[in-house]
Amino acid sequence: MMQHKNIIIAYSIMIFLITAVGILQSWTIALTILNYCLISAVMTIGANIQWGYAGLINFGIMGYTALGGLAAVLVNVPPVKEAWKAGGSGMVVSLILIIFGVYIIRAVLRKFENSKKRNYIVAAIIIIGFVIIRYISGPAIENIEAVDPAKTGFLGGLGLPIIFSWIVGGLFAAGIALIVGKIALGLRADYLAIATLLIAEIIVSIIKHEDWLARGVKNVIGLKRPVPYEVDLQGSTWFIDLVEKFHSKKLDLITSLSDRQDVLNQLVIDASSVYVKLCLAGLFLSVVIILLILTQKALYSPWGRKMRAIRDNEVAANAMGKNVVKEHLLIFILGSAIVGIAGAMMVTNDGLFTPGSYRPMRYTFVIWVMVIVGGTGNNFGAILGGFVVWFLWVEAAPIALFFINFFTAHLEETNAVKQHLIQSAAYFRFLLVGIGLLIIMRYRPKGLIPEKINIK
Amino acid sequence: MDFINAIILLLNYTVIPALTYGSQLALGAIFVTLVYGILRFANFATGDMMSFGTMVAVLLTFYFQSLGISFGFLPTALLTIAPAILAMIFYMLFIDKFVFSYYRIKKSPPVQLAMVSVGVMFVTQAIIRIIIGPFDRRFFDGEKFILKANEFKEMTGLNEGLTIKSTQAITIFVTVIVVSIMFWFLNKTKTGTSMRAYSDNEDLALLSGIDPKKVVLITWIIAGILATIGGVLYGLDKSYRPFVYFNNMLPIFAAAIVGGIGNPFGAFLGGYVIAFAEILVTYAYKKFFTYLLPEALEPDSLVQLLSTDYKFAVSFSILVIVLLFRPSGIFKGKTL
Repeated sequence: MMQHKNIIIAYSIMIFLITAVGILQSWTIALTILNYCLISAVMTIGANIQWGYAGLINFGIMGYTALGGLAAVLVNVPPVKEAWKAGGSGMVVSLILIIFGVYIIRAVLRKFENSKKRNYIVAAIIIIGFVIIRYISGPAIENIEAVDPAKTGFLGGLGLPIIFSWIVGGLFAAGIALIVGKIALGLRADYLAIATLLIAEIIVSIIKHEDWLARGVKNVIGLKRPVPYEVDLQGSTWFIDLVEKFHSKKLDLITSLSDRQDVLNQLVIDASSVYVKLCLAGLFLSVVIILLILTQKALYSPWGRKMRAIRDNEVAANAMGKNVVKEHLLIFILGSAIVGIAGAMMVTNDGLFTPGSYRPMRYTFVIWVMVIVGGTGNNFGAILGGFVVWFLWVEAAPIALFFINFFTAHLEETNAVKQHLIQSAAYFRFLLVGIGLLIIMRYRPKGLIPEKINIK
Repeated sequence: MDFINAIILLLNYTVIPALTYGSQLALGAIFVTLVYGILRFANFATGDMMSFGTMVAVLLTFYFQSLGISFGFLPTALLTIAPAILAMIFYMLFIDKFVFSYYRIKKSPPVQLAMVSVGVMFVTQAIIRIIIGPFDRRFFDGEKFILKANEFKEMTGLNEGLTIKSTQAITIFVTVIVVSIMFWFLNKTKTGTSMRAYSDNEDLALLSGIDPKKVVLITWIIAGILATIGGVLYGLDKSYRPFVYFNNMLPIFAAAIVGGIGNPFGAFLGGYVIAFAEILVTYAYKKFFTYLLPEALEPDSLVQLLSTDYKFAVSFSILVIVLLFRPSGIFKGKTL
């Protein structure tokens, strides 16, 4: 019990803080923060098993998050039949050609020895294939994008419930991670960071600019939620009865019948949005708990010990007969898949997919700060990091505003410096997170809840 | 005649813009490569450090403009580069003293320093946004063109015009001067040699009596000069916006690695490799071929390999290819 004291205290403080937001600001805000905290926690679990278990730096988190979001669109949106008619065949042919090309290249790579000739042949296949595919897909893409561009202009998806996309998102991310891992994993740590970051940028720019796939920067809105809608709740009698029962004391104090109805209506509207967010929070929490159990099991399994051995001394692990390359690739894929799940969850939560919003600052560096602040190699730490940093990221602006007002209280309202500071209160989040990261790196390099390995 | 027209067309739309953009990238890439070679970490605050220097220059330019000081037909910003460099160096040394030096003395692994630089990136970005805000700012003044398309057409009687913006000329000119001075310094002076020695083999350099503090100090000074000049030139040519500077870090990294990280000359060339690749691959060659080919063969489509949306993606793809086939870079940097 004693060894878990830190964890329990830390999580209690976090719950207390979110509750405080609920009481002081509003429950909707508190639950929005909680939901994002949970999603961030999934991302940090993904980043942590790469960095904490195996010592791999993956700065490509942004790319895998975007892939998860793409999966949500492709699973949830109903197929656009006219678009399929207009250009579906062209796209399918192109896809088959790409797969065919990959097989030819693989065959060439196997058949020829490593030589200049081989490289030239591969380059020639890629260039010729590129031209042919552009020739076939070009008109198809134009036709697809011409189908009602204001609303669709893309192929659409499968029209399945969005919850399936969490798995599909994981698979998408895993598939891309396999390719990226094959390319980049041999690199030294800081090169790996740069390479993964740049590859993630390529992924995001493809999602942004291939409008036939997911409308690109035109965004996809109105994805269907796995939980009830506010409007439906407000119309259903069981929900109104529930709210009435919940607030019966407060409502009984009001004598006038019409006043009572008005208050009740307001309460129902508030409660419906809280209820929806609670449902989402329940779903997200179950994902976090499942992942936490699995990753904890993995951490203490022989496989986890092997990973730590590889992380701490690659040469020795190699000498002991562990296949370092294979294990690195495996853990890179696993971690990325978890990030992909988080990406799909995030789009589920928002109900919309905005490729333009995937920026390295928010989706790579902040997630990394979470992992490092929370505690590398410790899943509880990583999740806590997700909570703490996201909480600070959101609440930094109000906190900064409070301090600005406090320190400039003696200045007049029209003072230029004061006005400028108040306007830029939102940017104090960067300062807070940056300084937090620097302090943790310096004085507590293993994070808030450091890694502890007890061999039982 | 058509042949000359085609050449002028290419010059106007690809070669000159690529040379300009390449110069801006090259300055940044040498900055990255110096920090990597001598201080031994990948500096993720590169873009924001350049942004910081540029911010000082922008603010000073606005101040000078309000005072009515100008630099004739040249942009006022050129006057502000010197104080901006001073501010930049001061900021870098401040950060080094309170953040980086601790890890350097402890001999932390490069990864940890890279992480720390992420923290510095956050803080720098916050400072910039709090001081100047995230908005787009143009601070270019003075004569806009050296050579206008119409004048060129009149002069030569060709169909195609050649435009040279003064920012393009200034960028290329300043880059050539700065880079030549820097290479002279690194290769010919005693301090430069000691820096290269420190970069090659730290222990041996220390044994032979090279003062590490001095090497680090000089490195940050050169880095400050390169970062500020690179940033101001980019801002003059396009415009100053903090977010764009942060994003520019990525092609700069690509340039440094393509050129062979740790190798300043490689980084310099890498900047141009990246810039030319980005512009040549995304340029629509339709008009070019219309001049060259007989009418029957003229292309209908734009003859564009990739749409301009993929500009960044091109440079990153080059990086991936280089990492795959020649991980130490085209011009041989440190081995990985």
